[in-house]
Amino acid sequence: MAWNTFSTVAETVKALDDKQVSAVELATHYLDRADALQPALNAYVTLDREKTLVEAAAADAKRAAGETAPLLGVPIAHKDIYLIEGWRTTCGSKMLENFIAPYTSTVVKNMSDAGMVTLGKLNMDEFAMGSSNETSYFGPVKNPWDVSRVPGGSSGGSAASVAAGLAPASTGTDTGGSIRQPAMFCNLTGLKPTYGVCSRFGIIAFASSLDQAGPFAQTAEDCALLLTAMAGFDAHDATSLDRPKENYSRDLSRPLNGLRIGLPKEFFGEGVAPGIAKAVDDALTVYRKLGAITVEVSLPNVKYSVPAYYVVAPAEASSNLSRFDGVRYGHRAAQYSDLMDMYMRSRAEGFGAEVKRRILIGAYVLSHGYYDAYYLQAGKLRRLIAEDFKRAYEVCDVVMGPTAPETAFQFGAKSDDPVKMYLNDIFTICANLTGQPAMSHPCGVDEAGQHVGMQIIGNYLDEARMLNVAHQYQLATDWHRKHPSI
Amino acid sequence: MSLTPQDIERIAHLARIRVTPADVADVQVKLDGIFKLIDEMQAVDTTGVEPMSHGLDMVLRLRDDAVTEINRRDVFLKNAPESADGYFLVPKVIE
Repeated sequence: MAWNTFSTVAETVKALDDKQVSAVELATHYLDRADALQPALNAYVTLDREKTLVEAAAADAKRAAGETAPLLGVPIAHKDIYLIEGWRTTCGSKMLENFIAPYTSTVVKNMSDAGMVTLGKLNMDEFAMGSSNETSYFGPVKNPWDVSRVPGGSSGGSAASVAAGLAPASTGTDTGGSIRQPAMFCNLTGLKPTYGVCSRFGIIAFASSLDQAGPFAQTAEDCALLLTAMAGFDAHDATSLDRPKENYSRDLSRPLNGLRIGLPKEFFGEGVAPGIAKAVDDALTVYRKLGAITVEVSLPNVKYSVPAYYVVAPAEASSNLSRFDGVRYGHRAAQYSDLMDMYMRSRAEGFGAEVKRRILIGAYVLSHGYYDAYYLQAGKLRRLIAEDFKRAYEVCDVVMGPTAPETAFQFGAKSDDPVKMYLNDIFTICANLTGQPAMSHPCGVDEAGQHVGMQIIGNYLDEARMLNVAHQYQLATDWHRKHPSI
Repeated sequence: MSLTPQDIERIAHLARIRVTPADVADVQVKLDGIFKLIDEMQAVDTTGVEPMSHGLDMVLRLRDDAVTEINRRDVFLKNAPESADGYFLVPKVIE
């Protein structure tokens, strides 16, 4: 098949190998599209054509010299939370509007080592706090399927860019669903690996015990290639898992005969929109045809995920974001009376409303006398939720359900009510609290034509099997090959 | 649980974020809504449950006590709002 805008990463590698296209041609093509669609979609925060083309030319030179790397010359765009030395890195915030990263994150370095060419930095909710991309200081990203709707968040630019063919793949981060929910809203495949599989070094921290990096792509096959490049032990990250490198593509072609899919009754209740329930049900029929069996499981404590998350994430965020003090980097207020006033005004001006809310919640729950009632209680609930999953995996291999309770919503639909916004992450947050791998793949549309995602939650370090499962589904269906007409 | 304007002022000070008197009421309403959600978890009896922060219950590694980073002071100072002679500048703190 001839290479085109919507070629997958796997197809692009083949096109490069066959000399159908060069790395410079690929980079130029996606940069041109990114420029042309920036006014409509606002997917990127920073593009630097010169830097990108230098990298692309270097990849072509390596290919000409006979050097190889698994993804040599394939372009990728990075969420603007990843530091890349010499690139502006804003985290979607006024606080870091002019911040130039002094070093490169391990994930980006790993992808560069695998030969990938950086296309640019993608828009996101401010400090990754949001489910709709409406909290970005640089304005919201639009959903390429319907520009009146949100692309999801916080990795909204990561999803919109791949869905609209502005990049063949992208990176995101997922603290409570920030890869999986936008992947669903934009009809993509996105994976949050087991906590500790991808290094957090050089990723601007939101909630350190929950944050995890992962890929966005059109297919599970691509996610496997990307994860293989991204993952690996890193001494710079204290919670990085010290284990051998994995080839996440190794099990893709395994048949699903006998696969046991656990369906938690808590994921199929009244909160799920009917169009989503129908699409997920149809997808399960496909899985059964492929030889899988479904079993009902129960995760009774999963209903406490959202409350526990809104203690853990703000508490850790309030600690992590204390570094933005207007002294070493970031925004400093123009007018102040003394040092304390400078801190307070710089932070009031530099952070947006949602970020400030979460810092205030965090400061409260960590303040004297409240620790046991909040952070400790949330930590105990994490254990109870993890034990629910442990029991479920005694009778199933993977857990499945809808990625989100509703499809892409209109701009402004939830922006005045934080709690309503938070509840959109009701099915995704549990995997961050437990540290398990979880992914979303396209599985249909609702009555309004909006995309539905199937979430697969795996046992710890079971990414290769989850990718196998999603890949087999994608061999039998074509939801993932549909593209917006933009 | 309901927060008071004094609570908002206290946590704003702890968080080093200026909240203007005009904004206190709105912040209070939004935080009250969020705490109503958070307080659902108080219904669970967790007596005897060990808190968890990492699913694989890993322990933190130690490394050799050796210098591993090179001095890149000038690169880091480039992002400072104000600096001079290799130092970060802050408003005068000692009269």
